[in-house]
Amino acid sequence: MAMTVRQRARVSRSVQYGLLALAVVLFILFADWASIGKAFFNWDSAVKQFPEIITLALKNTLIYTALSFVVGLSGGLLLALMKLSSVAVWRWIATLYIEFFRGVPALLVFIAFGFGIPTAFGVRFDIYVTVMLALGMVAAAYIAETLRAGLQAVPKGQLEAARSLGMPHWRAMVSIVIPQAFKIVLPPLTNEVILLTKDSSLVYLLGLAASQYELTKFGRDGITQPNAGLTPLVIAGACYLIITVPLGILARRFESRTAKTKG
Amino acid sequence: MTESTSSAAAKQIQAAGVSIKDLRKSYGANEVLKGIDLEVAPGEVVCLIGPSGSGKSTLLRCVNLLEKPNVGTIHVGGFESTDPDVDIDKMRRKVGMVFQQFNLFPHLSALQNCTIAQTKVLKRSQADASDVARKNLARVGLDHLADRFPDQLSGGQQQRVAIARALSMDPELMLFDEPTSALDPETVGDVLAVMRNLAKEGMTMLVVTHEMGFAREVADRVVFMDGGVVVEEGAAEQVVSAPTQPRTKEFLRRVLDPTHIDIAE
Ligand SMILES: Nc1ncnc2c1ncn2[C@@H]1O[C@H](COP(=O)(O)OP(=O)(O)O)[C@@H](O)[C@H]1O
Ligand SMILES: [Mg+2]
Repeated sequence: MAMTVRQRARVSRSVQYGLLALAVVLFILFADWASIGKAFFNWDSAVKQFPEIITLALKNTLIYTALSFVVGLSGGLLLALMKLSSVAVWRWIATLYIEFFRGVPALLVFIAFGFGIPTAFGVRFDIYVTVMLALGMVAAAYIAETLRAGLQAVPKGQLEAARSLGMPHWRAMVSIVIPQAFKIVLPPLTNEVILLTKDSSLVYLLGLAASQYELTKFGRDGITQPNAGLTPLVIAGACYLIITVPLGILARRFESRTAKTKG
Repeated sequence: MTESTSSAAAKQIQAAGVSIKDLRKSYGANEVLKGIDLEVAPGEVVCLIGPSGSGKSTLLRCVNLLEKPNVGTIHVGGFESTDPDVDIDKMRRKVGMVFQQFNLFPHLSALQNCTIAQTKVLKRSQADASDVARKNLARVGLDHLADRFPDQLSGGQQQRVAIARALSMDPELMLFDEPTSALDPETVGDVLAVMRNLAKEGMTMLVVTHEMGFAREVADRVVFMDGGVVVEEGAAEQVVSAPTQPRTKEFLRRVLDPTHIDIAE
């Protein structure tokens, strides 16, 4: 007896669910829960992380992220405007910058700002300034492309209407075009913040004082304690999720809102 | 909207004239305007008619320099807008522009649409700007919707806000580029009524339109363009009802034929 399309789809779905359930059951039955618990979910070790993981590490992660986002956003806006400029030199400089900082690993930029530039120029940056510059300048390259797309998505008639009212170009951009562009790029911009949050872990390279530890460094420090296992890293990971999951939800909310106003 | 409130809110309009001489404009090898001469006296209403692609929008956009002419001179009010040293932004304050697609600022309320250029360009105080904006929203019959955002307004209401926005800068000349072409038929009348009042108040108006009834009733003069040249111009009644040129006749026959479906660009 031949099955209808709908019947076949239902059978196929049941088989998929069945296989998945089987895999989960096998894992639960045969995994060595004692050692897994010891490695990842050690209660005593977990308790020891608090409250500093929140009051210090999470706070520093947020500070590093926020600082570099401010630099990334202002730098990105500047680069996006340069990229759309009628002056060719600005476009070239912006393109060069964007290609460079998107093309090299953020880790190398950190090393350059943490060690290379201070040695070469005999300057000494505060740790916060280093993070701001290194992470911010990388972020600026990505954000620039996002913002450029947003600026170009604002209908040309908006600029023309603003100019027709006697606004100079810069004023029309500031009061009319850029606010609309920001609304358009809010979802991708939120995703940039998520990436930045995770990339802020790269500061560990710089050699931090204990008061400057952020989540990853704090977690890595935690696992060096006797019998800690990897639990401190699990907790640090959970803390990242506390930041990034709500941001992801926010981004999706923005997305559906823009979709609604468009449709 | 009543006639009495709209004219009561209006103040004395200082109207400017336009003088266009041998205006030429090309996009690449495509010459869109092939030597246009056009005079509009202060307070005069001129309707521009012609088939799609004949260069009407381009002509209008050249007057406030949204497009840069290749050849020719344009005088607007006291400005020679084709002078390379002209202060474009200052010139544009005297020239209001109304677009087919309204181009209201979607992130601002109707009132803010009407105040933003006043405060940022004319440096009026927020209070003064709001007063002027409300007066002009009343003038177009929409003072009760001042706090709505563009997406909460019908097409006809949006276009009337766009007119109020332009009027809030106290222009001496108004340019309309097919202001009713993107509207639902039932809201066209409100927009035309606003324009009719404006004409009565003595505003200089240059209007691209396919509304022949409006042209015949309101315009002092009608100019028919085709292929980047002025083919025929004269008193509204004469051009619309008794055109002399074959191309004008052909165009009007198509526009006025109710069974003909005009595809707006
Ligand atoms: N920005 C532009 N670039 C190239 N060609 C254009 C541009 N704007 C208008 N044109 C061309 O100029 C001609 C006249 O256009 P337009 O002034 O919009 O005519 P109308 O408003 O009378 O329909 C058309 O052939 C159009 O394709
Ligand atoms: Mg047109």
